[in-house]
Amino acid sequence: MKFFNFHLMPYRHADLEAIQKNGSAWVTFSNRHYDPQLGAELYHEYLDQMEYADQLGFDGVCLNEHHQTAYGLMPIPGVLAGALARSVKRARIAVLGRALPLLNNPLMVAEEFAMLDNLTRGRFIAGFVRGIGAEYHAMGINPAESQARFAEAHDLIVRAWTQPGPFSYTGKHYQFNYVNPWPRPYQDPHPPIWVPSQGSSSTIRWAAGLRYTYCQTLSPIATVKKFFDMYREEARKAGYEAGRDQLAWSNCIYVAETDERAMAEAKPHLEALMTRLLKMPMEMLLPPGYTNIEAMKRIKSTRAVGAKPQSVEDLVKSGLVIIGSPATVREKLAEYEDLAGFGTTLTKTQFGTMPDGMVRANMQAIAQEIIPHFKDAA
Amino acid sequence: MTAMNASTLRIRDTALRVARAGQGQPLLFLHGPGGLAESQAWLPALAEHYDCHAPEHPGYGGAAVPAWLDNVRDLANFYLDYLDQQKLRGVHLVGYDLGGWIAAELAVRNSHALASLTLISAQGIHVPDVPATDVFLRTDDDLVRDTYHDPALAARVLERAPTEEELDVAVRNKEVTARLTWQPRGHDPDLAKWLHRIAVPTLVVWGANDRILPAEYGRAWRDRIARATLAEMGDCGHAPHLERPAETLAALTRFTASTGSPA
Repeated sequence: MKFFNFHLMPYRHADLEAIQKNGSAWVTFSNRHYDPQLGAELYHEYLDQMEYADQLGFDGVCLNEHHQTAYGLMPIPGVLAGALARSVKRARIAVLGRALPLLNNPLMVAEEFAMLDNLTRGRFIAGFVRGIGAEYHAMGINPAESQARFAEAHDLIVRAWTQPGPFSYTGKHYQFNYVNPWPRPYQDPHPPIWVPSQGSSSTIRWAAGLRYTYCQTLSPIATVKKFFDMYREEARKAGYEAGRDQLAWSNCIYVAETDERAMAEAKPHLEALMTRLLKMPMEMLLPPGYTNIEAMKRIKSTRAVGAKPQSVEDLVKSGLVIIGSPATVREKLAEYEDLAGFGTTLTKTQFGTMPDGMVRANMQAIAQEIIPHFKDAA
Repeated sequence: MTAMNASTLRIRDTALRVARAGQGQPLLFLHGPGGLAESQAWLPALAEHYDCHAPEHPGYGGAAVPAWLDNVRDLANFYLDYLDQQKLRGVHLVGYDLGGWIAAELAVRNSHALASLTLISAQGIHVPDVPATDVFLRTDDDLVRDTYHDPALAARVLERAPTEEELDVAVRNKEVTARLTWQPRGHDPDLAKWLHRIAVPTLVVWGANDRILPAEYGRAWRDRIARATLAEMGDCGHAPHLERPAETLAALTRFTASTGSPA
């Protein structure tokens, strides 16, 4: 199994009471709450953690993209990928962004990702997402056009990477007389494409059809299994057997000496993530047209059921996160790997308000006690 | 009261449901984001005075969204097709909220078939520094409360539990509305430039206590259209034709009577 250190880069000094009062850490939570002195320190703290992951032997580091939120400070993940391209010496660098429908010019992502692929000499992984609903409020993009813009931007970028330029492109949402980006990607034909989703069946079918790696966002392990099974089934319909390297699970892992200690240490930080930083009203999460009516009803009903905050114990029990002693974490991870069948774990070693010392101890424990037990057979 | 007769017409290749009743001068009523159902209660009163046509916009009320429907200008051109096909002349065009925006776009393009234009709480222009409600961040229930000045009226509307089918239609209505109005939010920067082309007498109806589009918007419409008067309704929110139906109808009939005989 491959271990990626996945960072959200939360503004971990956020005033949790103020978030609670506002109802969300997204879009309407005033940036008056952002202190640039503390924020600058955080960027360096988090980038240092990513470099540490590389030194510890993680297979990759993973950035993501969200806008106008204390949940994560990476509106432009390419800036941070650029900062890491020369200091992360060995591990792969994945950007899971970019949110393609938010772009008014997708060619700029074709350029940015090709640059990163060259800078890392082919260690780059290109993520394509639609962005969550809040992004459509934040960036003034019509959610009813989200799927069509995603499809068109994706086609344009892949063609820009693979078809010799210059050529012209005339779509409904994007039109260019000249598509001819310099540089071209380092990897041939282009960087691997990873597609994170909350479990949209149309996204899963599409990703399986194109053999893109599907990344399941934070979900109970039974749900993860269900969506990975769906991917394998779609792959069979497309006439091939999906490999484990095509499936990645996004989770949080925290390791300490004992189960009790791990729970006590991780708990407040996981609670900050789940009950404050992730929280948003339904109107923000699911703007009209962002998803089809059936998916919208399904998400609304699951959210309504989960309206009372889940305890950390429940999150652990449902296999949304893994927290415990090295033996417990090894056992759970092996169990989930057998159950859901994935080849990559996208692990948040920092989550919520967790301070640097705890994060580094956690990363070290994962590197020493967990990763060696899951080395892929040569 | 006059019962409305519903029928389905074809305008080019698009099916259009139209509720119709009454006699007299033709009146075309264009509904708002809540669909035709939201304004249904006012239609029989209109039919007492006019030959009232109340279509449900393509994509609303559970109808499929036509491939050609991307923006409000598309609907303005579509209703020009409707007026042509029905051979309507001397039409009193009345639009509420989104329907007002469509009506203004239509009148800018071609006023020849119109006798008058009435804009009730119309979207379509932007007035700087006047805070409007972000309808897409409000819950459906909040929006009902935002719509009416009288909380008791809002409470009566909310009392009624919608059916599963009505809820589905509401979700779809909201989706088309987002397609049409999300960005730029609730207006087209190009529309205000051409409002001088509206060549017919225009009545602007606004609730003095409108919290969704404050009354400054009503004054802005009046100021931008050459032959416009403003009827501001006291103790009234965003839907004067539902909250002050009799006063709104009286203002409309006075206004259309004053515009002279139809062409």
